[in-house]
Amino acid sequence: MHELSLAEGIRDIVEETATMEAATRVRRIVLEIGALAAVDADALRFCLDEVLSDSIAEGAEVDVIEVPGRGRCRQCGTLAPIDERHTPCPSCGAYGLEVLEGDRMRVQAVELE
Amino acid sequence: MCGVCGCGGSEARIGSVFGGDRNKRVQRAGTGTTQAWRAIDTRRPAASPAGLDHESTDRASVARLQRVERDILGKNERIAAANRSWLAERRILALNLMSSPGSGKTSLLVRALETLGGRLPAAVIEGDQQTEFDAERIRATGVPALQINTGKGCHLDADMVARALPRLPLAERGLLLIENVGNLVCPAAFDLGEAHKVVILSVTEGEDKPLKYPDMFAAADLMLLNKADLLPYLSFDVERAIEYAHRVNPRLEVILTSATRGDGIDAWLAWIERERASA
Ligand SMILES: [Zn+2]
Repeated sequence: MHELSLAEGIRDIVEETATMEAATRVRRIVLEIGALAAVDADALRFCLDEVLSDSIAEGAEVDVIEVPGRGRCRQCGTLAPIDERHTPCPSCGAYGLEVLEGDRMRVQAVELE
Repeated sequence: MCGVCGCGGSEARIGSVFGGDRNKRVQRAGTGTTQAWRAIDTRRPAASPAGLDHESTDRASVARLQRVERDILGKNERIAAANRSWLAERRILALNLMSSPGSGKTSLLVRALETLGGRLPAAVIEGDQQTEFDAERIRATGVPALQINTGKGCHLDADMVARALPRLPLAERGLLLIENVGNLVCPAAFDLGEAHKVVILSVTEGEDKPLKYPDMFAAADLMLLNKADLLPYLSFDVERAIEYAHRVNPRLEVILTSATRGDGIDAWLAWIERERASA
């Protein structure tokens, strides 16, 4: 369950931001998670509850924005949505589209007090 | 626009149904049905920070939205990059070996190191949740091995490797084999600074593993299809397994191996030699 490591990564980023901004509380955390990032959102929320307790972001609301997968065919250059890593090119049928979007995980914003 | 909750934004959708259930995703890929989105909070229609900011203004005036835009794995990626340059300076070829538990990864490693017979200076990092057992098996071949026990952790990360590197007797132009924790999901997300990821799939597992755990196969450059000596006793379809793996990653190289009989060991060592020459 690597969601625990991810949750700790999120906590570190949130705490650093809160310190830099001299905030007293983090009310909300907005995450951007790619559809191809191999993250279980429910597990991530569960882990966040755990690692955020006793932190400046204890009880913070967590919003998850999903970024759909998008890629380019290495054979014909067609741009296409990618639902799965094995989605073929809709134009020529080639496999192994180059992922351009939707495989990353970011803390997009935090709401601070 | 999301059909379920009406959330906006052309690129992003608010949802919590993603990436989790691989089996469902594989099924869905076959049926072509669309994904149902479950709204986290339908009272918050906007997915843009501007919208969130607007929303927050009607709370306390002291609350403010701060843009962050930082990669959650950013810290791991920075450490992995440092590992990569450390290894490159010494021209050490590092391989990150990943598989599910029970793929016979350690036996394969032992067999390869025995066949290598000290022709090439090698060292091993053994990732394991609990025991020192695998490292001892490696050391019995005469190759130094360092155990990293991850405890509850299901994967190695770049920081663990960074701490291990100075403690290992690593020769210039040598080989570093990193045996990751047996798990087909989590290790794929964590760059360690290796030159290549190698995925080991045993023929006792299903042919559709590459479709069920695509991230691992997408990230790898080489697949070792292991326990080939058991093929006569199984209905495992080698061609199909390779075809599925190539759907996820058409450039994946494949070698059929057996730690018991020695199939493919020379081919794998030749692959290592080729990569080392270009390292
Ligand atoms: Zn194409």
